[in-house]
Amino acid sequence: MSLLQIEGLGIDFGGLRAVNDVSFSLKAGEIVSVIGPNGAGKTTLFNMISGVYLPGRGKVMLDGEDVTRLSPHLLARRGLSRTFQNLQIFHAMTVLENAVVGHHLHERGNILADLLSLPASRRSSRESEESARRLLDRVGLGRAAEQEAGSLSYGALKRLEIARALALKPRVLLLDEPAAGCNAVETEEIDHLIAQVAAEGVSILLVEHDMKMVMRISNHIVVLDHGEKIAEGEPAAIARNPRVIEAYLGAQATEANNADG
Amino acid sequence: MPELMQFFLSGITDFAQGEFVMLGGMITVFAFEAGLPLPLAALIAILGTAVIGVALNRLAIEPARGAPVVSLIIITIGASIFIRGVTQIVFDKQIHRFPAFSGDAPIAVGGATILPQSLWVIAGALAVFIGLWLFFTRTLIGRAVLATANNRIAAQLVGINTKFIMTLSFAMSAAIGALAGVLVTPITLTSYDIGISLALKGFAAAMLGGMGNPKGALVGGLLLGILEAMTAGYISSQYKDAAAFVVILAVLFAMPQGLFGRKQTDRV
Amino acid sequence: MRLSSKTITLLGLAVVIAIAPVFFPSSFYYRVGSLIFVNGLAVTGLVILIGYAGQISLGHAGFAGIGAYACALAPVHLGLHPALAAVLGAVLSGIIAWLVGRPILRLKGYYLAVASLGFGVLVSMVLANEAAITGGPDGMAVEDPGLRGALKAIGIDLSNTEFWYAFSGLVLVIGAWLALNLYHSPTGRALRALHGSEVAARAVGIDVAGYKLKAFVISAVYASVSGSLLALQNKFITPDVAGFMHSIEMVTMTVLGGAGSVIGAILGAAILTILPQILTVFQEYEQLLLGLVMMLVMIFMRDGLLPSIARRLRRGGE
Repeated sequence: MSLLQIEGLGIDFGGLRAVNDVSFSLKAGEIVSVIGPNGAGKTTLFNMISGVYLPGRGKVMLDGEDVTRLSPHLLARRGLSRTFQNLQIFHAMTVLENAVVGHHLHERGNILADLLSLPASRRSSRESEESARRLLDRVGLGRAAEQEAGSLSYGALKRLEIARALALKPRVLLLDEPAAGCNAVETEEIDHLIAQVAAEGVSILLVEHDMKMVMRISNHIVVLDHGEKIAEGEPAAIARNPRVIEAYLGAQATEANNADG
Repeated sequence: MPELMQFFLSGITDFAQGEFVMLGGMITVFAFEAGLPLPLAALIAILGTAVIGVALNRLAIEPARGAPVVSLIIITIGASIFIRGVTQIVFDKQIHRFPAFSGDAPIAVGGATILPQSLWVIAGALAVFIGLWLFFTRTLIGRAVLATANNRIAAQLVGINTKFIMTLSFAMSAAIGALAGVLVTPITLTSYDIGISLALKGFAAAMLGGMGNPKGALVGGLLLGILEAMTAGYISSQYKDAAAFVVILAVLFAMPQGLFGRKQTDRV
Repeated sequence: MRLSSKTITLLGLAVVIAIAPVFFPSSFYYRVGSLIFVNGLAVTGLVILIGYAGQISLGHAGFAGIGAYACALAPVHLGLHPALAAVLGAVLSGIIAWLVGRPILRLKGYYLAVASLGFGVLVSMVLANEAAITGGPDGMAVEDPGLRGALKAIGIDLSNTEFWYAFSGLVLVIGAWLALNLYHSPTGRALRALHGSEVAARAVGIDVAGYKLKAFVISAVYASVSGSLLALQNKFITPDVAGFMHSIEMVTMTVLGGAGSVIGAILGAAILTILPQILTVFQEYEQLLLGLVMMLVMIFMRDGLLPSIARRLRRGGE
């Protein structure tokens, strides 16, 4: 039984078919990567699955429930969590507070209790803080907890986003280019982290350009080009797939032509 | 009513806009009463207001570029309060008018009467509208203005002198505002504090038609004018001014993008 | 026992309020003090809306008007004790804020500013036009809540100005306490998160629209109580309390000192309350100077006075 099922998803922006008729599914604990040349529609796909865009066509099923039209915060309540390609960090808050906010669904309570700083409210805050510190340690940001989030490096902020997304205790985690802009060491750390999280039973949907990482950790790969799925399968098969190779080489060839001309 | 059509055509969202209309009227009044012939007084008013608009941009808005929206709003409100404060000292707090351009005798048009000045206003509005349309579509500078408004950095990259463009935009919108003030004062009178309600009505008209859309703003202004007249007639003349605000709230309830606007999407 | 920054702030505020009268040369200063506290209360509410949640409202004086006129009208028409009238005003403001907030908070930036402005002006217009009930632009008298009499009965004899100074000060400290509690709480974090990034806030499960509304309603209640206090201590109220200028003053005070912090906003309130008092000599120049101050501070000290000063001190110390 698949945990996340995408059926015939599509969306148009003005006259442009950004994504069209994309279907695939995810089982619990599976790592599926979505790859494709730039502009293939990967982030748009993510945005549809995570409720940021309303799909024009198709369905998104989470654990058998049709969640296609749900807004992001309702999807979060059903255990779907994500990170962002262009980091969406809360810059004015500390690193710790960023991670604590990820616990919103667990810690949210009565606003009156919060205003009066009642014991229940303070206990909630304490618990989230402890959990947040553990998460920060896990992603290697333990010592930066009290720093202002805006002062961290790009790679560190990527890890912070993952920590925040994990705070939700998600069943499905969407990672949008988690290793982008990271050096080899950071990439490997993220690699391990993802494998660990999947081992705990979380389904992971990954958009990534780092092919070595993708080949190494994915159970399954979906390839998009110009908004459509052109291939799907195990890493080894995908690497040999002529259509995939053409899509990437084609993209490179076009870029090369434009650079000359 | 016609004053609104004039007013929002200037199109830049800033609270000082109402003050430019006020300045147009007030300066003309005092220049005229100082003995200058009306056309010259009006010209001085329009040019003077344009200069003030440029000064506002240079001194208050440019230095604060990049600041959060709240700060910018406060700056423009501060500017409008400042202008009002200066006006009240330099001129006075009384209500003023000057004679209509072609006399005060109403003209009968098929059962209704209309003031000749209103015809001037409508003519002025149309002239400005057509002029702006030509400016934005036919001239290079006009398109440069649109480009800068759309994406300032990109405009700079293609060689547009954005500082000059901004100066020009402010000068134009101030001048148009002043022109509106000049044309309308014989009908509605003027005093130092009419700026706010004008600014708000301008916003209401622009929002009704969809922000950033001149055609829509024109329609919006018209509709707003009609609504005001109806309110004055059927409900109470005291609440005439409230029509604008009720419109704002109603539009936001029902159609946040106005009649002709487009839905906005965020890039993630 | 280690004191949290919250406790230190509140203690500091309370101490300043308690000690300041020692330096007062005349009872007039108690009046100014009360006024500062009343304004400070309103801006504390706005800090929650503007500083925490990152929204804007240029019409919050409308809620102050509702609170003020509730205290004026309810005793006359409903026979309510003025103190209860203040509660009624707060409840009414909360409900109206909830109704008006839902649609207009869907907007951002200038749009939201103008919509809220429209609301505020609408309220002040109604108050000014319905002269039969509200006494119109000339205002109406407000009954004494009899609290000073109650204190006298138990042996504490304060003059009118002393009493209102102490009472407003107390209400302000309570208001600041609530706002500071909120900052460190789950709700406060949710507000600050949506201020930072609405997209990310939604992704972690925050109902952004719902929380914006909460901030709007809470700040409306603060404004309402502030208006009620003003009405009760002045024993008179005019529709200007709900007017555009008052809304602008409230926002300017909030942003002047630093919209993100309660203390910064109270400082802003203090400055902008004292300034016109100093400037009564220059009555004519009041608008001019107010406008000038607003522009200069926003241009040169974008984040407000407190953060800018703090930054300068930090840099000086290095």
